[in-house]
Formats: sequence, C-alpha cells, structure tokens
Amino acid sequence: MTEYAARLKDIRKDYVLKSETVRALRGASFDVPTGDYVAIMGPSGSGKSTLLNLLGCLDKPTSGEFFLGDDDVARMTDDQLAYIRASRIGFVFQSYNLIQQYTVLENIEVPLLYQGKLSSEGRRRCRELAELVGLGERLGHRPSQLSGGQQQRVAIARSLVNNPYFILADEATGNLDSVTSEEILTLFQQLNNEGRTIIMVTHEDDVAAHAKRIIRLRDGVVQSDQPTVNRILCRPRSPIAASGELRAASSGEVHAA
Amino acid sequence: MSFFLRTFQLGLKSLLLHPMRSLLTVLGIFIGVASVIWLLAIGEGISQEAQRQIEGLGADNIIVRSVSPPAEVMAAFSGPVPYGIKRSELATLEQIPTVKSALPIREVRRTFTFDGNDLDGRLVGCTPEYFTVTRLELERGRLLTEADNNNAQNYCVIGSGAAEELFPLTDPLGQRVYLLDSKDYYQVVGVLKYRNPTAAIGGSLEAQDFKNDVYIPIRTLRQRTGDFIYTRRGSTRTVEIIELNQVTLRVQDVDSVKVTADVVRMSLGVREPEKAHVVDSDGSEGGETKVTNVAANASLPPPRLDVAVIVPEELLEQARVTRMMFMVFMGLIAAISLLVGGIGIMNIMLATVTERTREIGIRRALGATRSHIIMQFLVETVSLSVVGGLTGILVGLLCPAVIVGLRYLMNTFAPELMANLPDVVQRIQPQIVLLSLPLAFFISVMVGVVFGIYPAFRAAKMDPIEALRHE
Repeated sequence: MTEYAARLKDIRKDYVLKSETVRALRGASFDVPTGDYVAIMGPSGSGKSTLLNLLGCLDKPTSGEFFLGDDDVARMTDDQLAYIRASRIGFVFQSYNLIQQYTVLENIEVPLLYQGKLSSEGRRRCRELAELVGLGERLGHRPSQLSGGQQQRVAIARSLVNNPYFILADEATGNLDSVTSEEILTLFQQLNNEGRTIIMVTHEDDVAAHAKRIIRLRDGVVQSDQPTVNRILCRPRSPIAASGELRAASSGEVHAA
Repeated sequence: MSFFLRTFQLGLKSLLLHPMRSLLTVLGIFIGVASVIWLLAIGEGISQEAQRQIEGLGADNIIVRSVSPPAEVMAAFSGPVPYGIKRSELATLEQIPTVKSALPIREVRRTFTFDGNDLDGRLVGCTPEYFTVTRLELERGRLLTEADNNNAQNYCVIGSGAAEELFPLTDPLGQRVYLLDSKDYYQVVGVLKYRNPTAAIGGSLEAQDFKNDVYIPIRTLRQRTGDFIYTRRGSTRTVEIIELNQVTLRVQDVDSVKVTADVVRMSLGVREPEKAHVVDSDGSEGGETKVTNVAANASLPPPRLDVAVIVPEELLEQARVTRMMFMVFMGLIAAISLLVGGIGIMNIMLATVTERTREIGIRRALGATRSHIIMQFLVETVSLSVVGGLTGILVGLLCPAVIVGLRYLMNTFAPELMANLPDVVQRIQPQIVLLSLPLAFFISVMVGVVFGIYPAFRAAKMDPIEALRHE
C-alpha cells in the first residue's frame, strides 16, 4: 500500500448537454491518506455524485490529476479503468447492488472473477469475509432471501475481497433503518480501525459524524475539509493517519470541536 | 476459463429462470436444426435408393427398349403394327466400336403350369451373358449356355418366386414347366437366387420383379413364338409384332458411355428426351398429332417413339440433380426456420439486456470490461441456441423411426392413399448422415453468435453510471 489511497488535484468535470456546458466540478483538490475515513457531504448539485463517479473510476475528469495509489487514473483507457475498479476499489452502494441470480458467496467472488483471480485461495478468502461480516451461515442464500442489512453486509464483504485501496460507500445506510444503519457504521468503524481506508458519500450529518474527516462540497469546489470529533479524540492508529492530521492541522482548517 | 464456466453457468440459470420463454425462443432453432438433419437423411435415403437401382442396371450399360407407341399413333392403323427394335438394328448397334457386346432379349407374358400350380410371369428369351449383366445369381443347377442358345434347346432357368409357386413340394431341377399359351414344355436346369425388384425409372423402364421370371434361350423363343406375340388374357386377345424387346449394350468403359449413347440414339433415330421435347413444343401448329407435326418440320427427321434409350449413367446424373434440387428446397426451409429462430433469439436477448441493465451496471462497476459483458451475453445466447440445436439433433436422429412409423400408420389406416403415393415415398429409407450432426451443432452455435452479437454489443455499450442508476 502506498502512502496515499487517492490524491485529487484541481479536478474539473464538464458535461456537455446540447449547446450548454454544465461544469459539475470546478477544480476540486484533496488527498486521502491510507487509513483515513472520509465523509463527503454536500447539497444536491454540489458535484457530489460526479466526484463519486470519478473516485470510483467510472468516469474520467475533463482536466486535473487523479492519482489512485501511484497511478494516474485520469489518463487510463476504459479497459484499464475496469481493471482498476476490479482490483483497487471496493464499492458499497445505497441499494446494495447485488446480482440477484448469484448466491452470497458468488456475489462476493465477482470482483475476483473480473480480475481473473478466481481460485480456491480466492474462494477461501470470500468465505472468511462472509464470516467477518457475520454471514458465514448464509453462503448459499440469494439476495432476495436476505434482509437489507444482511445484503449490505454482503456488499461490504464484496468490497473487501480485492483488498482495495479504499472502500467507496455511496449512502451506504440510506435504505436501512436506524438500528441496522448503526450496525453497518460500526462495521465500517471496525474496518477503519483495522487500517482500511473508507470514503463515504452521505447527506446525513450523524452518519458523517462517524468519519474522521468531513469534506463539504459546494458548487463543484471543496468548501471545507475538517477533522471531526473522532479525529481529535481518537489517538491516530498509524503514523500516516497522524501525518494527515498534522497536515490538516497545519493548514489551519482544524476547528476545535 | 473460470470466467467462461461461471458465465455459462449463469446463462443456464437465467434460461431456467423463464422456462416457458426459453422454450418458445429455442423452438425456431430446434425446428431449423431438426429439419437440417431430416433433409439430409431423407435426401441421402432417396439418393442411395436411386443409386442402387441405377447401379443395378450397370453404369457401363446402355439399355435400348422397345416401347409400344402412344395410342394416338396406333389409332391411325388398323390391326397390329410392327414396332420396336429390329434384328437388323441390333446388328448395326453391334458395329459401334465402343460397344463390347449387345445382348438382345424378348419378353412375353405367359402362364406357367406344373402339376396343377399356375403362375403368371414373364417368359424371357435371352443370351447367357444376360444373367451377368442383370446380376442374376444362380442358386442351384446351372445357367443357360451358348450351346443351349445355338441349339435352341428347351431348357429354362427359373426365378426364386417361380420355383416356390410352381414347385412347392418337388425339386424343380429336371422337371418340365408347361406353357399354356404356346403349348410346349421347358426343362428346368437352374434356379436363381432372390434378387431385389427394381423400381420404374424415367418412365420408359418399368418396375421389374425378377422372381417370377422364366428364362429360356432367345433362339428357342423365336422359334417357338416368332415375332407375333399372341397374348390371351381372359376374353381379350392382343397381338403384337415385335422383334426384340430390349437390347442391353455393354460399353467398353464408363467414360465412353455418353458418346456411345449419342451414337446409339443417332443410329436408331431417337432423340434425347429434352431435344424431343423442344421439337414437340416448336412444331405444334393446329390440332394435328405430334408425329405429323414433327414430320412437317423439314429440318428434323421425325423422332422414333417406339424405342427408348436408357442410359443409367445419365439417370445417375439426373438423380443427382433431383437430389440437389430437393436439398436446396429443404435447405431453404431450414434456413428460413433458422433465420426466424435467430430473430426470435435476438428479440429475447434485447429484452433481456434491457431487463438486466442494472446488473450490467453492477458488473461494470465491479470491474467487468466491455468484452466481459459481450462475452457474457454471447455465451447466454449461444447456450440458448445450443439447447435448441441439441434437442433438434435428438429429434433429427428419430427421423428414420418416425418415417417408418408414419408409413406403417398410413399402410394400416389409409392404404388407398398410400398406394397412390409415388414409389419413392413408399420405399424411402432415410439415412442419417453422420456429418449432419456436427454440422447442425455448428449451425446452432453460429446462429447464437450471429444473432447474439448485436444484443451483446448493446449491453456492452451502456454507460456504467447510467446503468447503475437504472431501476
């Protein structure tokens, strides 16, 4: 793993609609150090979804630099991006997005399938991950036989299977009741404590409060980038996270909670 | 490989998800593939049958037969009219350098009697060589010899059926068969083995059933009967004047058969069937008969209608052409069926792609490349068409059984209808062409690929972000 999971520098994204050009992102820059837990917030129209698509390598920026690890993703071909998605990014969606025809185990295997790394070793790992998220008993079930919380756990297990640079969670708790949401957020917390990098897009403040750092977008630019209570209260677990805090602190953006 | 397996597995799963839909979708392919196998099997059956018959005549033979002229010609004469091949013409034919030998035969329908048993059959006057050329094999005793012929002996060789009918209890060898019509006796010197009857060929050669034949030296027949054939059938009597019924010309090699046939036709004044036909249509002015019409056409001599030249080699070619036409026709039907089936599959796959937009989005987000998506949908389409193809092959294999069963049913429940059907239909024995099985399989795979490509590309072309948002 590299020092930074993701680095964005002056990212711009324009959409051409008929004669009109919509400038969704107008020079967003921020870094995500490995081991960080970032919440991205912003009202609708702030460029949140666009940023999410860029972070997920589903789209390419119009200009700017986007390094995922040490690789410049902004200049990759479609197939290369697909490989990056399969090997370096763990997606967790609001509506779980499991493949209905597949069992729990098969769903967790999907990213390995597209990396061409489906082996007995990989399958063993999938089983371990299912156990990690508490679904060891339900490997043969189909998504329709699971509750929303369980489905989201499968999605999280799936996002972990390729040892991603970061987990990209898009309103991961949006479809869940408060109790289940809390469980999922606890799971994220636990994963972050183990050193996993998490980028979470949400519009709920109390969900964002679980993160170590909140990035607020407005009109396509980063409006604020602040550590949360967690960052201040928690002792940094890794020197990298500490350096991130120091950097954040030195830039004068730290607001005492 | 694991990707491919998993994709195939998923393809089968989604097939089973909508069993009825899949069933209806593959129906077209199923029919197309089954008909490919059927048409090849039936075509092969017909061609083998035709081949057997024609080869029975001998590919290096030319058969010249006397045929009774059309009734309209005969009506112009009163009383019996001599027709057919003349002995002088036989001498001419023997002069053709490429002809090895010419075997004349005479045939008369006669009633044979022995010890109270009657049998209607053919009395055939022939030369010893005739048995070899017609592939008549000896069961017991001996065949006729050159000496028998030269001395015009009263010896005869009888067919297997005649032996059974006339001599149910006695050994036929050495016994004497009595002929009611000509009131004379022939001593049996040999009995022939059973030979498969031949079907009628080309309208001029009747079906031949060899089992009730009695063969005597041709010289004997001529001495006993002369050229007037006086036949009594119940109360009607017919008189025919005919010198030779048939001459089988043995050509020295197969390559010169065609040239020889042309020479034979020319020397006898017989036109090739197609040419005669052209003359017929050209010369038809007014309501006169064909013969006079053609005679009126000064540039061409009138064609002879009382002699037919049958060239097995040409018939073989005709049979091949007929078979080709049959194959092309059936092939067209199969192609249409496959096309319709393929369009059906494409239609369903397009619907499936739309239905599964979100799944495509998920897969793309999780790292599937466009080619992965294309592969996935191609494999699914091919699985569909291969399922149709395999069932089609299975049903195709049933072809011979179905034909035999159908014929049995027809014979049992609608015998009259069956009797009116052409000979080919009654005798056809479909032969599964082994090559048609891999061919059918290949065709079904190809249909899957060809009609699956467009839906697969449509799936792959989707924007993953849009697809993910799709409800």
